Amino acid sequence: MSDQLFEITTTPISMDEVSRRVSSPSAGAIVSFAGIVRDTNAGRRVRYLEYEAYPEMAEPMLAQIAEEIKARWPVEKVAIVHRVGRQEIGEISVVVAIASAHRQGAFEAGRYAIDRLKEIVPIWKKEFFEGGEVWIQGPEKPPRSNS
Amino acid sequence: MARGKARFFASLREAVGRSEIEWVLADGATVETLMTHLRKTLPGLEEWAGRTWVAVNRHYAAPETVLQDCDEVALFPPVSGG
Repeated sequence: MSDQLFEITTTPISMDEVSRRVSSPSAGAIVSFAGIVRDTNAGRRVRYLEYEAYPEMAEPMLAQIAEEIKARWPVEKVAIVHRVGRQEIGEISVVVAIASAHRQGAFEAGRYAIDRLKEIVPIWKKEFFEGGEVWIQGPEKPPRSNS
Repeated sequence: MARGKARFFASLREAVGRSEIEWVLADGATVETLMTHLRKTLPGLEEWAGRTWVAVNRHYAAPETVLQDCDEVALFPPVSGG
């Protein structure tokens, strides 16, 4: 079991386990979000998804998102774990966990984390549906340099 | 001379039919120089013109970024994780 806060993994993710990575005696609130593989998309019946990542870049970018969060909200710890490889309907593709002393800010921070991940982190999904397969299109505009 | 590696991901990897390639360019070459060079040798890249994001050494990079020896350049489509 990993205690890494920012991780691209090939193994199934547990929400409880990721939440434990951010828990501490001073954290009175933990907000968790899970992204789940669903069975329909754009009118297509989805069979399964395959995720691919550029892990050497994606993990530091997840850490960067946590830094952006800490600059805006008083949160203690952030963990973001994304799974890659084939994932079946109902499985967890990504978990975000935010720990803070109080709940204020934690909900917004969690939403920011997943929105930002979808904008800038080099991960892609390919949908295998009944009748074909398609790479899912991301946002059109590239992020500014993160150096 | 500068030499390095270019890596391809997701739909771009499928379009060019390989996950990486070595490059050798004159000193002062930029990301744009490399892209022009790669489009000649890897025709599959052309259809992704305008929808290719570029990172140099794991940081997003602009076309005018000058490449250094041993740089790792990654080319990929707009991200779609989550």
